[in-house]
Amino acid sequence: MDMSRRGFIAAAGAAAGGDSAHAEEHAHAHQAVPSDPALRTKALESLLVEKGLVDPKALDALIDTFEHKVGPRNGARVVARAWVDPAYKQRLMTNASAAIAELGYSGLQGEHMLVIENTPKVHNLVVCTLCSCYPWPVLGLPPVWYKSAPYRSRAVIDPRGVLREFGLDLADDVEVRVWDSTAELRYLVLPERPAGSEKLTEEQLATLVTRDAMVGVAKVALPGEGARA
Amino acid sequence: MNGIHDMGGMHGMGPIEREKNEPVFHARWEARVYALNRATGMWGKWNLDASRHSREVIAPAEYLRMSYYEKWLEGTITLLVQTGMITRAELESGKPAQGSVKATPRLTPAMVPQLVSRGIPAIREGAAPPRFQAGQRVRARNMHPVGHTRLPRYARGKFGVIERDHGAYVFPDTNAAFQGEKPQHVYSVRFAARELWGEQASARDSIYIDMWDDYLEHA
Repeated sequence: MDMSRRGFIAAAGAAAGGDSAHAEEHAHAHQAVPSDPALRTKALESLLVEKGLVDPKALDALIDTFEHKVGPRNGARVVARAWVDPAYKQRLMTNASAAIAELGYSGLQGEHMLVIENTPKVHNLVVCTLCSCYPWPVLGLPPVWYKSAPYRSRAVIDPRGVLREFGLDLADDVEVRVWDSTAELRYLVLPERPAGSEKLTEEQLATLVTRDAMVGVAKVALPGEGARA
Repeated sequence: MNGIHDMGGMHGMGPIEREKNEPVFHARWEARVYALNRATGMWGKWNLDASRHSREVIAPAEYLRMSYYEKWLEGTITLLVQTGMITRAELESGKPAQGSVKATPRLTPAMVPQLVSRGIPAIREGAAPPRFQAGQRVRARNMHPVGHTRLPRYARGKFGVIERDHGAYVFPDTNAAFQGEKPQHVYSVRFAARELWGEQASARDSIYIDMWDDYLEHA
């Protein structure tokens, strides 16, 4: 450990409200790790707060929003509405951002939405090979696998292999369309409504729609069925 | 830049590891990094494209080793230091230097709902007219800029067809370098999987990539 790192750890420990000896001990236990991101984050936040540049309560509000208010339940409601209301579906397919906003979902990383529809003969899959672009207002923040090197590298070159890994084995006569989110357009897959769901209400349908189905790595299944091709 | 972040088509990254009932954040520090990135981004000292580029410049071996939010943390620190909002010495000491910047408005809790629900649109009016139309055959330029670009390597030099015109958007290559927004049309361009990957790909499959005017040439 060099001096600058020791100084950093001590400062972070003090900032965290603990004593620096404890911080040193903590650092010692993790010496294999080049830098402890938890301590580094604490040090950065403390510095920015002390400079008056960041209000920690604003950070709390942001975190609360993405942990509790935004998530795939939003997208599931959009999908269920489109399944039961043909006029809504028409609006969703022609102006997705406005149609999604009708249900109260809009904003960061969903400013420019597009909806792509799965059919028995066309299967859509969404990826961001360059980083982690994902439609936050309808799906929340992306899961780790979506942001990971294996998914980002393989979704474009071997989409059928990726889908098999997710348990979805598509027939050869199904066309696969992969959407690489390279610009500010954000994609939501409208999955196929499962056969046998005719009697379910919009609310019941929404409970069936999964995040994975709206990214395009799964199909929507009735309860008790596997979500398989 | 031809960086490690441009992963489309690479082999050897291993299986896709999924987690059941995955939490939004796996640790409190991840949540704080996420929120710090957003809150500092509100100062207008940089932009979304510069923020993406700050993670792309992480050395390849480190990029692959780091978790997602470690990359966000390092990128945010890089931008804070580059724009003079903090110094490395301040970060190490945990104390503001004498006479350091204090005047920038900060994000307040009351501003958060509007930030989240309005977002930060990248579409622009009054850009140059589109150079291409739906149905036209195009070629992605064979270009290798050392700075930020959103033209993935796997598509460069390849032929595709304009599927639709999305309208005009901020151009990332100049915006990330603080050289202006240079708004221009963005198209969904369809590439046959075989055009990109050869005979091993299915003849039925396609990859749709969003591309700016400056990434395309007539074919």
